[in-house]
Amino acid sequence: MAIIDIRIELKKGVADPEGANTKKTLEALGFEGIEDLKSVKVYEVTLDMTAEEARQAGEEMCRKLLVNPVIQRYSVTVR
Amino acid sequence: MQKASVCVLRMEGTNCEYETVNAFKAVGADAEAVHIKQLSEDASPEFRRDLEGYDILAIPGGAAGGDYVRAGALFAARIRATVGKEVDDFAESGKPVLGICNGFQTLAELGLLPAFGGKADAEPVIAFAANASARFECRTVRIRHENKGSCRCTSRVPAGAVLEMPVACGEGRLISADPDFIGRLEDNDQIVFRYVGPDDGEAEYPWNPSGTQSGVAAICNPAGNVLGIMPHPERVMTRFTHPAWTRGYASEQGDGRAIFESAVGNLLK
Repeated sequence: MAIIDIRIELKKGVADPEGANTKKTLEALGFEGIEDLKSVKVYEVTLDMTAEEARQAGEEMCRKLLVNPVIQRYSVTVR
Repeated sequence: MQKASVCVLRMEGTNCEYETVNAFKAVGADAEAVHIKQLSEDASPEFRRDLEGYDILAIPGGAAGGDYVRAGALFAARIRATVGKEVDDFAESGKPVLGICNGFQTLAELGLLPAFGGKADAEPVIAFAANASARFECRTVRIRHENKGSCRCTSRVPAGAVLEMPVACGEGRLISADPDFIGRLEDNDQIVFRYVGPDDGEAEYPWNPSGTQSGVAAICNPAGNVLGIMPHPERVMTRFTHPAWTRGYASEQGDGRAIFESAVGNLLK
């Protein structure tokens, strides 16, 4: 059994209105010193296979569905 | 004369299929909403449908698959996993394929738009990102017909005509990794509609609801038979759903009607 985390974020230069609005709202609540805030999505996938097979499966999942490479990049880590 | 038959493809989460069916019926076509499971060989004979038997394929608006992952991604993956080849063949045969809003996002995820090479793009060329306003945008927009003749689904819309219809999307900001994306679209006559402002000039927010590059609201493939449009023409089939119908809108028809007439009319020529 292996658990992988698939982390998907917007590529540098792609506007992140969700992150920008969240940052603005946190600042309105009084949080100071927020240099930057990015919205990131993480999928946790449990797979009945070895760690290396799970990592490869995660990469394939990104290529086939989870990521649009025009605007997003991803990383797969095995727990 | 035999009626054009239209497959309005639906799955869990599409929600504009019946307006789209009615829009095609209103212009004389024989249209039905077909669940993607009905195209599967596993479907029971009474429900089974064959995509090849239709003259037009329409992918309606909504939030297919809950709009999870990315808008249109789950519908496109579902199509790829089942009838991907049939849909590719349908588009390559030159029959009209219309994607409205979420349907446009699905066509993009399928690679059927912009399809610069004439066939479905193997890798995505475009993506729909969240609106620049970071919220769902739903209001009337003005779109100008900019196509010079390649698009089969707008041949009955006069050149330069400005239409009014509602837009309703959260992820409508069209983005390409290609820095010359707009130039390539223009060179191939693939831009069909652009958002315009109240004075018919360049659209700023809110007239460009998503912040999409160059105000592009609809594009077609190079062959002109596949159209993706962000606003909803099926919602403006009569004057009574035109936003200005009580304020001097003169036509008896709604602004969206000419798009459906073009798709169906060209087929019957």
